[in-house]
Amino acid sequence: MSIVETDGPELLAALRKLLAAKNIVSDEDIAARRQSTDNASPGQGAKMVARAWTDPAYKALMLEDGTKAAEAMNIPMVGMPPLGVLENTGDVHNLIVCTLCSCYPRAVLGYPPFWYKSAAYRARAVRDPRGLLGEFRTTLPDDVQIHVVDSTADYRWMVLPKRPEGTEGWSVEQLAAIVREGDMVGVTVPSV
Amino acid sequence: MNFSIGDAVAVKDDWPETRGPAHIRTPHYLRGHKGQIVRYLGDHPNPEDLAFARPAPKRPLYHVTFPMTELWPDGRANDSLVVELYEHWLERA
Repeated sequence: MSIVETDGPELLAALRKLLAAKNIVSDEDIAARRQSTDNASPGQGAKMVARAWTDPAYKALMLEDGTKAAEAMNIPMVGMPPLGVLENTGDVHNLIVCTLCSCYPRAVLGYPPFWYKSAAYRARAVRDPRGLLGEFRTTLPDDVQIHVVDSTADYRWMVLPKRPEGTEGWSVEQLAAIVREGDMVGVTVPSV
Repeated sequence: MNFSIGDAVAVKDDWPETRGPAHIRTPHYLRGHKGQIVRYLGDHPNPEDLAFARPAPKRPLYHVTFPMTELWPDGRANDSLVVELYEHWLERA
């Protein structure tokens, strides 16, 4: 029987047995990865953002080494590409795109939203970022510089959004609840 | 690592995909354009080799910024684009 005719689950079981026997990947490794994939969601990134807004030392760590900052929040990063975090300020707004494919910081944001992989988003983010932001109802002051981040190689990038006014004294839980996935890609900004 | 933060660089105007099967992480719209090194991102196995299961020597990876006015005829002044590029795609400008 040729390999393409073999029953899929049987083939998978045989492959897993071989990987385990050769000490390449154990059943425990697979279970751990499945769990971290299932747990990955924009809520993870939002928790990091909320902490960065309230804890200057954590914010410094996040901008220096996103992977370490994720691990400090118990987000598993083993086997994941390095994570870089770029800060939106009153002067600079970052917008993340992957023009070549769909590189996305899945460890901290989960599956990418459907539009992130579309050819239209990928082309327009680099060609007409302000027009694209307008369609997300995001208008930036004229003097804010847009930095489009084309994520093409070994890093994954996420945006640390600017903390909105009117959130003074909020708890980290309250802050995390207003951070959406688009805010961490840079197509939208958090608001209250 | 041959470049430092702030160095002016140009992306090679090279099109390996016209010479045969290739896997390239350098977007076409940047080739031949001038930018500036902003960050060193470590050495990584060259994806151009990895994609074909060839031995993949590590290559320095940089974050390189380009003014939008350099890339597009109607690019907006002060807006810019930053992208990860491997050292072997960069020349001094």
